[in-house]
Amino acid sequence: MARREIDPISGTETTGHEWDGIKELNNPLPRWWLWMFYVTIVWSVGYWIVYPSWPLITSYTQGVVGWNSRSAVAEDLAALRARRAVMADRIAVASLDEILVDQQMLDFARAQGRAAFADNCAPCHGAGGGGAKGYPNLNDDDWLWGGKLADIEHTIRHGVRTSDDKARQGSMPAFGRDKLLEPADILAAADFTRSLSGLPVAPGADLARGRKVFADNCAACHGENGKGNREIGAPDLTDQIWLYGSGRDVIAEGIANGRGAVMPAWAPRLDDTTIKSLSVYVHSLGGGQK
Amino acid sequence: MVEIVIDHRKKAKAGIEPRSNRDGARLPVDDIPELEPPLYAARRKIYPQSVRGTFRRIKWAVLIVTLGIYYFLPFVRWNRGPDAPDQAVLIDFPGRRFYFFFIEIWPQEVYFFTGLLIIAAMALFLMNALAGRVWCGYLCPQTVWTDLFLAIERFVEGDRRQQMQTDAGPWTAGRIARKGVKHVLWLMVAWWTGGAWVLYFSDAPTLVTDLATGQAPLIAYGWIAMLTGTTYVLAGHMREQVCTYMCPWPRIQAALTDEYALNVTYRYDRGEPRASVKKSEQLRLEGLPAGDCIDCRQCVNVCPTGIDIRNGAQLECIQCGLCIDACDNVMEKIGRPTRLIGYDSEVNLQRRLAGEPPVSKIVRTRTVMYALIIAAVGGIMLYALLTRHAFDVSVIHDRNPVFVRMADGAIRNGYTMRILNKRHETRRFAVSIMGVPASVIEIVGLPLGAAHNVEVGPDQSREFRVLVNNYEFAPPASSPITFHILDLQSREWAQTRDHFRAPERPR
Repeated sequence: MARREIDPISGTETTGHEWDGIKELNNPLPRWWLWMFYVTIVWSVGYWIVYPSWPLITSYTQGVVGWNSRSAVAEDLAALRARRAVMADRIAVASLDEILVDQQMLDFARAQGRAAFADNCAPCHGAGGGGAKGYPNLNDDDWLWGGKLADIEHTIRHGVRTSDDKARQGSMPAFGRDKLLEPADILAAADFTRSLSGLPVAPGADLARGRKVFADNCAACHGENGKGNREIGAPDLTDQIWLYGSGRDVIAEGIANGRGAVMPAWAPRLDDTTIKSLSVYVHSLGGGQK
Repeated sequence: MVEIVIDHRKKAKAGIEPRSNRDGARLPVDDIPELEPPLYAARRKIYPQSVRGTFRRIKWAVLIVTLGIYYFLPFVRWNRGPDAPDQAVLIDFPGRRFYFFFIEIWPQEVYFFTGLLIIAAMALFLMNALAGRVWCGYLCPQTVWTDLFLAIERFVEGDRRQQMQTDAGPWTAGRIARKGVKHVLWLMVAWWTGGAWVLYFSDAPTLVTDLATGQAPLIAYGWIAMLTGTTYVLAGHMREQVCTYMCPWPRIQAALTDEYALNVTYRYDRGEPRASVKKSEQLRLEGLPAGDCIDCRQCVNVCPTGIDIRNGAQLECIQCGLCIDACDNVMEKIGRPTRLIGYDSEVNLQRRLAGEPPVSKIVRTRTVMYALIIAAVGGIMLYALLTRHAFDVSVIHDRNPVFVRMADGAIRNGYTMRILNKRHETRRFAVSIMGVPASVIEIVGLPLGAAHNVEVGPDQSREFRVLVNNYEFAPPASSPITFHILDLQSREWAQTRDHFRAPERPR
């Protein structure tokens, strides 16, 4: 053994290590502390036997009680479903209108709807349903396919322009690409469309020509006054809400190339209760209609 | 040859036999056996001797009061009306309420606990600045329960000397019986300790009945078992090891003390050099120096952490004052002034050595600061407690979308409003807004145009979705908005502020 060094103040031996003039005293551990250390080692051996622990080449040791975190999650989920079942079962048999007037069911449906919305709808419609260009804002009172509870539920269930039999169908033709209208007609129609909602029109715009083009080509779907048609998803052109934007070039682009956004049908992916809750949630965002 | 002072207390701990030195002998380095130091230190069992005196009486009083509060408080009743629990102190986890006599705290008011914790920490520091480890010596649960367990041990097995003799002797039937009785009594106290704990979390009389008849929830039994175990192990077996090795406070305390703080101190200026009664009298006759300490080791024998206070301030010392009692008793018997060991400060020790009169300096920067912080936090908490409403409102602005343009051009902002009704009756509130002109509000679920009256059930909070439509031509990008909530019956009101957001105006 090397030279033993005793600290003169405490009378305890040092470890011989020195850091910037500070030396470490070699105080022994209390015995119970050491025992606890050994106990943890023994414990770990027991743990290896009881629980899954050691990785093998293609598998891992399973542990004698057969516990694993996957089955634990499955159990937790089952327990959660059982707890929710009380309210979920009520929602399953209730009509949408009944849910809306029952405070308990409404609170539950909105909470469940909010979670389901975040998981499934938020990627396109935004976390709060605020929408984006081409993806409708669900908070406002403008609805392409109807804002009543039943309309919303139908849209969620069957989707927009999907292969589902009951899907929302209807599309804006590509008047320019398919050579249905001349470029000058398209620009005139765009100017006229802007004037419908009181937006300023470019100087020298031929509104009379635009009106004629509109009446001949657009009114069939958007209505004579441009009020739209929810049966076929033709938007109201007289309000202040523009899904793709209100600029002259954006409108002209839509007329020339057509529009036809899609939304998946959720009936095959979500259960009935979740779809009902989602409908109630979207309806309650602020734009829901009676 | 290097000469060093050997601390025999530490040597003994390290498992090396102390050498005979009663007067701080200096041993040469070469005399230390060349052994590999042991990996661990075997614990020396401490047999604290019973003692009578002022500080022992204070400790008994504190023990009776604190344990009395702990064991019986759950049974104190407090009438809060028909729909609320009538237990004075109750932590209701399922109901998410904390009841303390006339105070009822909701989860969102947990800042009261933050305040309490700050006050507790500052009180600990203040105690330390005034009189050292008052907490450790008298108030800490570890000290109180250990004291109780020591008392039980002495009651069953006899005092220090008897215990030491028995433990050194053979395992007789009497010894086994006495040890058995002690452990049974310890476990009973420990079990009652765990039992009292769970009573704070549920209606105490009901839970006691349920526990007795096996109807109580498993978690209650689990907690009782756990706390029975910790009390039995910590107070019965670990004792001073908890204070020395587990508790962080001794380390922090050492850094927070100063030379004016009172500490349990051996007045070595008066005690040294030590000599027996006869010898000191003889020395004094000869005109030689002789201290008052007769080296009777009573202070060591009564110490619950097994240290010698005459070695000065030590990490292990919990400053319980029992050595003061022990020393005073001896000093009275031999007719010398008491308080050879007493509460004293470092500065006074030095002043006495220099022949100056002692000073007491309670008002110091740190004591004033601690007291001010305690007063400030206490004042804020009291103010918050006295001025809080029996209802409250909070509003959160929608984060996405920040605003919505409606078909008619109006700008809409959505808010989540939560109204808390702390009364035990259903109340109706009128909701209105101020600050944003040309606006109407709508509450989802209520008919449009109706008076915005909402109902909140007893002792509940309820969330509403509030929509504000602004019909200004071009509202500012952000304007303050105030939500005003009026209790229709009592006419109490509460309000909260937020912002109404709109698109940036074109420049």
